[in-house]
Amino acid sequence: MVSPLDRKLLRDLWRMKTQALAISLVVAVGVMLLVMMSGLVNSLDETRRAYYERYRLADVFAPVVRAPDRVLASLAGIEGVSAAEGRITGSALIDMPGSDLPVQARAVSLPDFGQPRLNAVYLSAGRWIDRRRSHEILLLKSFADAHGLEAGDTLSATMHGARRSFEIVGIAQSPEFLYTTAPGELVPDDSRFGVIWMSRTAMEAAYDLDGAFNEALMDIGREEDLPSVLAAADRILDAYGAVGAYGLEDQFSNRFVAEEIAGLRASSAGVPPIFLAVAAFLLNIVISRLLQAERQQIGLIKAFGYTNAEVTAHYFKLILTIAAGGAVLGCLLGLAAGAVLIGVYVQYYKFPFLVFEIDPASFIIAVSASVAAAAFGGLFALRRIFALTPAVAMRPPTPPDYSGTGRFGGLLKRVLDQPTRMVLRRFVRHPGRSLGAIAGVSAGMALSAGMMTVLAGFDEAVETTFSVIDRSDMSVSFIEPLPDRTLHALAQLDGVIEVEASRTLPVILRNGVHSYRGGVSGITSGARLQRAVDANGQALTLRGDGIILTPALADILQLQTGDRLRVDIRQGRRPQLDLVVTGIAESLLGAPSYMELPALNRALGEPNRVSGAYLRIDPLRRDAIYAALDAMPVVAGISVKQDAREAFQRMMDNGAGAMRFVMAAVAALITFGIVYNTARIAYAESAHDLASLRVIGFSKGEAAFVLLGELGLIVLLALPAGALLGYGLSHAIAAGFSTDLYQVPAIFSPDSLGVAGLAVLAAAIFSGWMVKRESDRADLVSALKSRE
Amino acid sequence: MTQNAFTTKNLTKVYGEGETAVHALRGVDLDIPAGEFVVLLGPSGSGKSTLLNIIGGLDRATGGQAWFLDRELTAMSDRQLTRYRRDHVGFVFQFYNLMPSLTALENVELVTEVAEDPMTAEAALAMVGLSNRADHFPSELSGGEQQRVAIARAIAKNPTVLFCDEPTGALDSETGRTVLTALRDVNERLGATVLIVTHAAATANMADRVIHFADGGIRDVLLNSTKLSPDEIEW
Ligand SMILES: Nc1ncnc2c1ncn2[C@@H]1O[C@H](COP(=O)(O)OP(=O)(O)OP(=O)(O)O)[C@@H](O)[C@H]1O
Ligand SMILES: [Mg+2]
Repeated sequence: MVSPLDRKLLRDLWRMKTQALAISLVVAVGVMLLVMMSGLVNSLDETRRAYYERYRLADVFAPVVRAPDRVLASLAGIEGVSAAEGRITGSALIDMPGSDLPVQARAVSLPDFGQPRLNAVYLSAGRWIDRRRSHEILLLKSFADAHGLEAGDTLSATMHGARRSFEIVGIAQSPEFLYTTAPGELVPDDSRFGVIWMSRTAMEAAYDLDGAFNEALMDIGREEDLPSVLAAADRILDAYGAVGAYGLEDQFSNRFVAEEIAGLRASSAGVPPIFLAVAAFLLNIVISRLLQAERQQIGLIKAFGYTNAEVTAHYFKLILTIAAGGAVLGCLLGLAAGAVLIGVYVQYYKFPFLVFEIDPASFIIAVSASVAAAAFGGLFALRRIFALTPAVAMRPPTPPDYSGTGRFGGLLKRVLDQPTRMVLRRFVRHPGRSLGAIAGVSAGMALSAGMMTVLAGFDEAVETTFSVIDRSDMSVSFIEPLPDRTLHALAQLDGVIEVEASRTLPVILRNGVHSYRGGVSGITSGARLQRAVDANGQALTLRGDGIILTPALADILQLQTGDRLRVDIRQGRRPQLDLVVTGIAESLLGAPSYMELPALNRALGEPNRVSGAYLRIDPLRRDAIYAALDAMPVVAGISVKQDAREAFQRMMDNGAGAMRFVMAAVAALITFGIVYNTARIAYAESAHDLASLRVIGFSKGEAAFVLLGELGLIVLLALPAGALLGYGLSHAIAAGFSTDLYQVPAIFSPDSLGVAGLAVLAAAIFSGWMVKRESDRADLVSALKSRE
Repeated sequence: MTQNAFTTKNLTKVYGEGETAVHALRGVDLDIPAGEFVVLLGPSGSGKSTLLNIIGGLDRATGGQAWFLDRELTAMSDRQLTRYRRDHVGFVFQFYNLMPSLTALENVELVTEVAEDPMTAEAALAMVGLSNRADHFPSELSGGEQQRVAIARAIAKNPTVLFCDEPTGALDSETGRTVLTALRDVNERLGATVLIVTHAAATANMADRVIHFADGGIRDVLLNSTKLSPDEIEW
C-alpha cells in the first residue's frame, strides 16, 4: 500500500505542478548547458585525436632548404623516432579567374605510389593522382568549396616562377590543413590560402629538388622524447639549411584547432558552472520558501508523532523529485542539444567524421550540484521549522506581527494609500523572504547582464584590434626581406597615403622552462599604422634593447615589465638576444610581440631590411593599387584589413566564440525562469491573503496591486544589485571565453546592463501578468479554504 | 488510589517578551487521574489551548513542571516528546488541521500508519458517522465534517490520552452527540484519559471532572458524582 505521506507527496506535486515545472526547467536549462558543452568539447577532442591517428599526422615537422633522401635514414635512426619521411613543399600563387589578386597556396608532394606513411590525405571526391601525369593535382576541399571548384576543373598556378595549368582530379581533406592562413596573417580564411597535392615526381621537377626533400616528417613513440628528437633532428639537418624542427603542438593548423577546442573547453569549464550556480541558487531559495509555506503541515505531521527524520525524508522526496527531475531533463536536453552542436562544429572544423563521446562526469556534477542545492535549501528551511514546537509551527495563518513596521507617520499615511502601505509592510515584515527574492532576481539579472557585457566585449575586441592597434588599410608582404627603399616605390603609387615598414620573424621566446614559439614584429618607433598600445590606447615607446609583450604572452612566459628574457630568432644567422620587457601592450588577437625594427635588423646583421609594409590608402584608388601591387614581382601577398576584420568576425561568430550566442540565450531563459518563479512563489504565499482582501471588498485590481507591487519592488531593488553583480560576473565569463587566439575584454558597458535590465523588466511584467490572470480566476472560496 | 495521568506544578507559559509579553499560563497546578473524562471550561484567551498543547507534547512550558504518569514532560527531549505523541496522544485541534491534499480516509491513515495498535481507518470514520465521505478531500467537506474527520483521526490510534480542543464547536446537536459518544467510547472502552476544551457548558455534565479556567489559571475544579450520557445532554 502506498503510504498516506507518499500519496500526499504525489498530490502536492500535482497541485504545485506549474511551480515545480518552472523550477525544474530553470535547473534543466543550467544543467543542459553544462552537459552540452562538456559533451561537445569531449567529442571534438576525441574526433580530432581519432582523425590525427587515422591519417597518421606527424609528430615532428622539420623544414630544410634541401636535403638528399639518404638523410632520412639518419632521422629514422634518432632514438625515439618511429617513422621518418621526406616530402617537398613549396609556395605557389593560384590565379583566380575574375580576381586581380592571386591567392597564395602551398604545394605538397605525395608519394608516387599510394598514401604517404605520414600525413595521409582523405579523398572526399574525385580520384587519386596519376604520377605519370604531372598536371594532375588534388585540391584542399575547404579552398575548393570557397571558390566553387570541383574535380575536373582546371586551375593555373605559378610555382617557382613558372606559370602552369593543372587539372583538379580529386578534392582532399587533411588533418594537417584544418585551418589555413596566408603567411603573415593571424586569422584563418579558407578562401585566401590553397593547398595543392601533386606527385613527388612532379614536385621534384617544379621545385628543382631531384632526389631531395625540403621537409622531413617524423613520428615519435612517446611524447617525452619530443625535445631530444627536435634537438637531434636540428643537428642532423643543420647542414641542409634547417629552419628548426618543431612539434605538432606548434604546427599552425593544429595549434589553431587545439586553441579553439581549448577555448571551448575553457568556456565550458568556466561559464556553465556559473549558470548552474545561479540556477542552483534559485533552487535553493525557492525550495526553502516552498517548505516555509508547508510550515503548518509539517507541524501537524509532527504533532502525530512523526519524527524529524520521517518528515525530512518526506519533503526530500518532494524537492529531490523537482531538482533531480530538472537535472535529468537537463541531461537529456544537453545530450540532444550537444548532438546538434557537435554536428555543426564537426563541419566547421572540417573533420570528415565524428567520434561521439559523452562525459559521464558532467552528468554527475550537474545532477549532484542540483540535488545538493535543493537539499541544502530544504534542510535550511526544515531546520528552522523543526526548531519550532509543533504547536507554534501549526498555528493557523498567524496574523504576522506588523507592529514593528512602523505605524507610518501622518505624512506617509496621507501620501500612501492603503494598498501601497500593505505592500511596504509585507515587504518589511518578511525581510528574509524579501532579501532572498531580491538576491534571486539579482542573480538572474547578473547572469544576463554579464552575458550581454561579454557580447559587447567581443565587439570591443574587433574594434580595438582593427581600429586602435591596426590603423592601416592593407598590408603587403614581400617574397623575401628587401632593402627598405622598396617602401619608397610603394609610397610612389598613386593613392598611397602612408607607408610603414614591418618585419616579422619567427622566434622562440624563452624564460627558464617557459617558452613560446611565435613571431616578433619589428616596427619603427613612432609607428602610426601598426602600433603597440597600452590599455588606454596610448602608443608604447620601443627601446633598442627591449621587447614589448602582450598580456597572453607575458602570462605564458611568466614575465613582467622589467624582466629579462631570451629571444631566439629563427631566421638569417639566428641570433640569440637577451632583452628586457619594456612594456605590455594591449592585444586581443593572437599573442604578438614587438621590437624596434632597426634593433632587430642590427641583431640579424641585415640593416635596413623590411619583410612587408602597412599602407594607408585612398579608398577610391583601391583597385588601381591592387593591380599595381600585384604587378610587382617582390610582392608575395596583400592583405586587406577589411577582409581580415571580416574573417576575424567570422571566426568569432562560428568557432568557439559562437557559444556566446547560445549562452546568451540560455542566460535569458534562466533569468526569465528566476523572475517567473519569484512571481509564482510570491503568489502562492499570498493567495490566501489576496482572497481575504477580495472578500472584504477589494477589487481584483487592488488585490493584485498588493501582490504585483511587492514583485515590482523586488525587481526594482534587484536591478542595480544585479547590474553590479553582472559587471563582476562578466570578468569571469570573459575569461572563460578568452583563448590564446583572441582575448575577450571585460568592459563596462552601460548599454549591455540596460538591455539586461529591460529584459528583466519584461520578464517581470510578463510573469506579473501571468500570476494576475491566475489570481483573477482564483475561486475565492477554495482559496480561503486552502489553508484550513 | 488511581495513578495521575497528568500532574503539573506551577506551570507557566509566556508568549513574547518585554512589553508585549502575554502570560498565557500563570502557574497551573493540576492533577488529572488516569482514565477520567475531563472537561475544561473558560473564557476565550484564558489559556486552555495553551495548557493542552503543553501536556500534549506540542509545545514547551516557560516554567514549572508537567508529568505524564511518572514521566516528566517538561524534561523531555524533542525526540522523547515525539515518541510520547506517537505512542500515547490523540489530538483534535481547535482548527481542524486536515491535510488538504489527502482524502478523509487518508488523513486518518496518516496516523494509523505510525501508531502501534490502531483501529482501521475505516472503523474510525464509522465511529464519527463519516463512512460515506471517506474519499472526499477536506475542501469538499463542510466544517463539521472536517471536524469529525479530525476526531476520527485522533481516536483511530486507540490513544492513551485524547485531547480535544472544541471538538463540537461547529456541530449541530445530532452530530455533536455522535462525536461525544465516540469520545466517551474511547474513554470507557479503552480507558483512555480524555481532555476536552469546550464552550458548551452542558458537555460538562458527562465529565468526571470539570476544570474552570480563567486568566491563565485554574479557578475551580468540580467533580461530578453522576455523569450523563451524551444522549441526555441539553444543547
Ligand atoms: N503564539 C502566541 N503568541 C502570543 N500570544 C499567544 C500565542 N498563542 C496564544 N497567545 C495568547 O495566549 C493567551 C491564551 O491563548 P489560548 O489559545 O491558550 O486561549 P484559549 O483559552 O484556548 O482561547 P479560545 O477559547 O479563544 O481558544 C491568549 O491571550 C492568546 O492571545
Ligand atoms: Mg483555544
